[in-house]
Amino acid sequence: MPRGAFSAAGLAAALSLALTACSSSSGPAASSTPAGQAGGSLVVGVTSDPDTLFPWKATQFTAVNVLQNLYGTLTEFDKDLNVVPGLAESWQAAEDGKQLTLKLRQGVTFADGSTFDSKDVKSSLDKIMDEKTAAVARASLASVKSVEAPDASTVVLELTGPDAALPANLATVNMAILSSDDTEEKLNATPNGTGPFTLGKRVASQSITLNRNDKYWGAEKPKVGSVEFRVIPDESSIVSAMQSGNVQLAVFNDPLVAQTAEGGGTITVAKTPQLNYHALQLNAQRGDLKDVNVRLAIQCAIDRKQVLDTAALGEGEVTGPITAPAFKSDPNKRPCPNRDLAKAAEYLGKAGKSGGVTVKTIVSQGEYATSVNEAQNLKAQLAEAKINLELEVLESGAFVDRWVAADFDAAVALNGGRPDPDGSYGRYFTSEGNLNKVAGYSSPELDKLFAQGKATSDQAARKAIYDQVGAHLEDNAAWIWLFSGYTYTATTANVTGFTPMASGSLQYLRTTAVG
Amino acid sequence: MRLLRNRPLRRVAETIGILFGVAVVVFVMLRALPGDQITAGLGTEAAALTPAQRQALEQYYGLDQPLVAQFFSWLGNMFTGNFGYSARSQQSVLELTLHALPVTFELAVLSIVLALLIGVPLGTLAASRTNSARDAAGQVVSLAGLSIPAFLLATTLLSIFAASFGFNPNGQGFATLTEDPLLNLQQMLLPALVLGFGIAAPILRTTRTAVLEVRSNDFVRTARAKGVPERRLQVRHVLGNALVPIVTMTGLQFGYLLGGAVVVEQIFSVPGIGRQVLLGIQQKEYAVVQSTVLVIALAFVLVNLLTDLLYRVIDPRVRAS
Repeated sequence: MPRGAFSAAGLAAALSLALTACSSSSGPAASSTPAGQAGGSLVVGVTSDPDTLFPWKATQFTAVNVLQNLYGTLTEFDKDLNVVPGLAESWQAAEDGKQLTLKLRQGVTFADGSTFDSKDVKSSLDKIMDEKTAAVARASLASVKSVEAPDASTVVLELTGPDAALPANLATVNMAILSSDDTEEKLNATPNGTGPFTLGKRVASQSITLNRNDKYWGAEKPKVGSVEFRVIPDESSIVSAMQSGNVQLAVFNDPLVAQTAEGGGTITVAKTPQLNYHALQLNAQRGDLKDVNVRLAIQCAIDRKQVLDTAALGEGEVTGPITAPAFKSDPNKRPCPNRDLAKAAEYLGKAGKSGGVTVKTIVSQGEYATSVNEAQNLKAQLAEAKINLELEVLESGAFVDRWVAADFDAAVALNGGRPDPDGSYGRYFTSEGNLNKVAGYSSPELDKLFAQGKATSDQAARKAIYDQVGAHLEDNAAWIWLFSGYTYTATTANVTGFTPMASGSLQYLRTTAVG
Repeated sequence: MRLLRNRPLRRVAETIGILFGVAVVVFVMLRALPGDQITAGLGTEAAALTPAQRQALEQYYGLDQPLVAQFFSWLGNMFTGNFGYSARSQQSVLELTLHALPVTFELAVLSIVLALLIGVPLGTLAASRTNSARDAAGQVVSLAGLSIPAFLLATTLLSIFAASFGFNPNGQGFATLTEDPLLNLQQMLLPALVLGFGIAAPILRTTRTAVLEVRSNDFVRTARAKGVPERRLQVRHVLGNALVPIVTMTGLQFGYLLGGAVVVEQIFSVPGIGRQVLLGIQQKEYAVVQSTVLVIALAFVLVNLLTDLLYRVIDPRVRAS
C-alpha cells in the first residue's frame, strides 16, 4: 500500500503537468492574434536577420529587401521589371551615346531631413566606383568615365561608349543614393535614405521595424504605419506563425513549405516565376570539358523537365539562358530540346570519348532547398549516357570558396538573374567580365554581341541581339540551363495591395495594407 | 607543485587550462572552416571583387593580421571585457551575450525542472516493481524520449498548437522574463517541454537504477526491520541516497543545455545562446563564435563545479573524503 502512495504522487505530478500544458494552451490563444496587427502594422516573416544595413554591400536576400524600402535609387523597376523613374525623373542619352544626362526629382529629402540633390548623386556614384569602398555594383558602372553635377537637379555621366543597360543597372539597391555627408560607419547603425520607410527599432537577430516615411516623395504614401521584419529561422515555423495570425506576409523558397502553407486554407500563396535560374555550370577550361562535343553530349543527355519534376516537385519552368520577361529565351530553340541519348553518344564519339567521361561536380548543401536533389537526378540521367558526375556535396561556405576560385569541372548552381540580360551575363561571358573565370567560357563572337547589345537602345533590336547571345551559349553548351523556380509569396486574408515581383523584391510593401 | 595539492586552487588552475584549450581549439577550427567573413557576407558576388577591393575589406575586418596576433589580441581583449564586435548587428558581443545567455539559462532551468518532474517520479515508479507494467511504461517513455528527435517533436507540437488551437506565442516577438513574464512563460513552454522530454529519459533511467541499487543495500533492510515507516524509508533513505547519480546526470544535462539547444531555439525562434553561435558560424563572424563558445565553456565548467559542491551537501561521504 505505501508503495501505492508513492505512485499516486507521481501520477499526480504527471497529471498536473498535463493540465498546466492544456490550460495555458487555450488561454493565450485569444490574446495572441491582435498583437501583430494593431495600428496598421504589417509583420513579415523572414528566416534571417539582415547581414548588413549598408546598401552598397548588401547581397543577402533579407538585407536587400529591407534596404530597398529604406533607400532610393535613380531608376526603379515597375512590377513587370520595366525601368521607370526613381530619384531621376528622366534621362537622355547623347547622340553618340557617350553621355547620359539625368534630371533629378525636386523636393526629395533624406530621412534625417537633409535635402537630396546632384551633389549626393555625384558623391555616391564616385564612391561606388572607388575600389576602396568595395561596393558590389562597381562593375555595373564600368562604362562611366566620370560624373558631373552642372546644377543641383542635373547629373551628367560621361561614358566610354554607349551603354543601354546602364539605366537598368542604376535601379538596384546596391546603387542606392546616399547623402554626401554620410559615412559607411554611420549608416551601418542608422540608415538614412530617401525610401518610403525609415528605420524604427532593431533587435539583433530578432526583428527590424521600419516606420512609414511621411515625407516620401512618391505620389502614394505607404499604407501601413510600420513594417516589422520578424526573424523566424525555420520556414515551417513561419507557416505556423501565419496560421496563428502573428505574421501576415512571407516569401518562401521551398516548394514543399509553400504547399503546406496553402494546405491550411487560411493562407494565400502567389507563385511568381523568378529571374533566378538553376543551371549545371560547365567549366570549359578544364579536362574533357574543353571539348565542345563533350559539353554538347551532356546537354543532350539531360531531360530538364525530369530534373524539375524530381528535384523541385515540378514547381517551375524549363528555361533557356535569358529569364527576364522582356528578353526571354525560347527553350525549344536549342540543340536537343528533348533528351536524345543517341545524339549524346554521337557527340561523345566525335570527342573520341565513346568509353565515357568523368566530371567532378560541386554541389552546395543548405544554400537552397533543391540543390542536392538536382545533382542526384543529373547524375542518374547522365550515367545512362556514360557520363559520370562525381558529386562533391559541400557546405555552402566551402562551395562559394571553390566556386569563386573556379575550382571545379562542373557546378550545380542557382544563379541570380537580372532584368537586363547584359546585367545578367555581361560579367560572366565577356572575356573581360569580372566573373569570366567562374563562367569558364568566352569567345570573340560573344564579346562582339555583348558590345552591340550595350550600344543599342532600341528594345526590339536588343531583343534580337540577346537571342543570338542565348543561341551561342547553348550551341556551345557553355552551361546547361535547367529551370527557373517560383517565389512563393504567402499572405494572410487581411493583407491587400501587395504585388510580388519576379526578382523576389518586396518593394510593393509600400502599397500593402493590412485590414 | 604543492600549491596544486590545494584542492580549490587546483580546480581554478584546471578551469583556466580548460578554457585556454577551448579558446585555441575554437580559434583554429573556425579558421579551418572554408570561407571567411567576406565570402560569407557576399556569397558568390565575392567573385566579382577586385584584389584591391578584397584587400580593403580584409583590412576592415582585421583579417590581414597574422593569425597568432589575431588570437592573442582577441584573448587579451577578452580579459578587459572587450569580447569583440559583431559587424553584422553593430553590437558588442558582450552585449549580445548578456541578452542571449539569460534566455538560454531560463530555458535550461525550465527544461530541467520539467525533466525532473517527469523523470524522477516515473523512474521511482518503475523501480518500485521491476518487470511490471509500470516498469514497462517507464521504459517506453524513456525510449521515446531518447529516440524522438527534438526537431520532429518541436515541429509537430508547433504545427498542432498553431493550426488546431491558434496558439503560437513563438510567432510573436520574443518577450523576456522581465518585459512580459506571462508571454515569456508561454513562449518557453513548448521549447522547454521538447527539451525536458528529451532529458527526462536519461534521468528516468538513472533514477530507476539508483533506486534499485540503494534498495538492495543492507541499511534499507535494517531500517525496515527497525520499523521505519515505508514512506519515510522510501523518501529519506532510498531516494535521498539515490540522489547522487541523479544530481550528476542533471548537472551534465544542464551543462549541455547551456551549450545551446540549437535546434529547438531555431525552430521556436528563441533568441538564446545556441542561435547566436549558429548565426555566427553561418556568417563566419569569428568574434561572435569565439567569445560565445568561451562563455559557454565557462558556464559548463561552473555548472560542474556547482554539481561537485552539491554532492558534498547531499552525500556526507564526499565531504569526509
